[in-house]
Amino acid sequence: MSDFFLFKYGWEILSHTGEHLFLVGISIGIATLVGIPLGILITRQPKFSQPILGIANIMQTIPSLALFGFLISVPPPIGGIGDTPAIVALTLYSLLPIIRNTYVGINGVDPAIREVGRGMGMTDRQLLFQVEIPLAIGVILAGVRVATVIAIGVATIAAAIGAGGLGVFVFRGIAVVNNQLILAGAVPAAVMAVLADFAIGWLEYLLTPTGTRKKEK
Amino acid sequence: MPPNNAIAVEFRDVTYSLNRRPLVSNLNFTIGPGETVVLLGRSGSGKTTTMKLINSLLTPTTGEVRVEGMSTVEWNPIKLRRQIGYVIQETGLFPHFTVERNVGLVPSLEGWNSDRIRQRVFELLHLVGLDPQVFARRYPHELSGGQRQRIGVARSLAADPPILLMDEPFGALDPITRLELQGEFRRLQQDLGKTVVFVTHDIQEAFVLGSRIGLMQEGRLLLLGTKEEFLRSQLPEAQAFMQCLNRV
Repeated sequence: MSDFFLFKYGWEILSHTGEHLFLVGISIGIATLVGIPLGILITRQPKFSQPILGIANIMQTIPSLALFGFLISVPPPIGGIGDTPAIVALTLYSLLPIIRNTYVGINGVDPAIREVGRGMGMTDRQLLFQVEIPLAIGVILAGVRVATVIAIGVATIAAAIGAGGLGVFVFRGIAVVNNQLILAGAVPAAVMAVLADFAIGWLEYLLTPTGTRKKEK
Repeated sequence: MPPNNAIAVEFRDVTYSLNRRPLVSNLNFTIGPGETVVLLGRSGSGKTTTMKLINSLLTPTTGEVRVEGMSTVEWNPIKLRRQIGYVIQETGLFPHFTVERNVGLVPSLEGWNSDRIRQRVFELLHLVGLDPQVFARRYPHELSGGQRQRIGVARSLAADPPILLMDEPFGALDPITRLELQGEFRRLQQDLGKTVVFVTHDIQEAFVLGSRIGLMQEGRLLLLGTKEEFLRSQLPEAQAFMQCLNRV
């Protein structure tokens, strides 16, 4: 029983979970602060939509291990080893779902609604903040939610470049062929992903304006 | 430029083209204050386009539209639009706003204080025959089609604009509710004396509501006149519409 990973590595799990949360939290925070405005920008300037979505798309097709590895060779402050390159990589990974969902969500607002808003003399800004964002918030947050869940998974690889996190257990477990060690990293990461998914889903529900909430739930 | 009060809206040689294809061409007409002009025509005849040229949602390719003596390109579009009530079919209410916020939209954009907005909203709900105590806090999806349309009308009247644009406002209603609302609209129009441009494809509605009727076909205004003038018209399109009058 004392071999069970939870008892054996209890405190260590806690501290690596903290590191993991830190990496994901900062990355998602930055990606949200950058991604939502970018998503809004490309609804206003459609000529930028292809290049911006294209770049974000390419970012996501790069295998995560390769991206972390590549960043080692990039000079600091962006590259190198440790927390910063890990956060850079996770942020780049998280951008696509956030930008894309913002773009799709805002463009998905009924054109008649937008036109009537304009027809009644709303400025572009008023239309954006009072109508488009509230009506698209569910879709936008769904993007943040997907990005978060992906980032929690990808962040395990950050251990490979010395950023810590739950991946430390996984890599150590692989090196010494110890399944308990791998589980000590994988299970908390999975639990964290499920909880984050649930929490953001709840936030999504809370922030969806009452009049547009789906009846069930 | 001094505002000219004898003419509310004037079209001077207006053509609007999209991708070099004219949607409306050579429109020339004036609308006097307090008049209700109904634009009648089939789908795609350019009625809605004509209407959007008035509140500057579209800008004429050639010619000019003058509202209260000033060309729409000279107006600040935001200011112009707040002077013009706008009602469209069904979907026009913001689904995430309560009735109260929907109706109070333009006043709140104009920066009225909340007491004054509330007072105005209640006044307007009474005006369109809905009890504010019951309806103010509801959301559009909790209303019937007829109630939504009343709210739409109330919202367009909120800042007391001199001009109203109505784009098939009663189009999606059942015939009985439509008749009811047409009646109420006439009463309202007599009380308020707004300049109204009303778009419809229903000739009965045009006859009931319009002080003048403008018949449109393929982007042209074929005829603009009273019901009597319309009835005397020999134009094939006018004849075609008259075929639709009570044929039971």
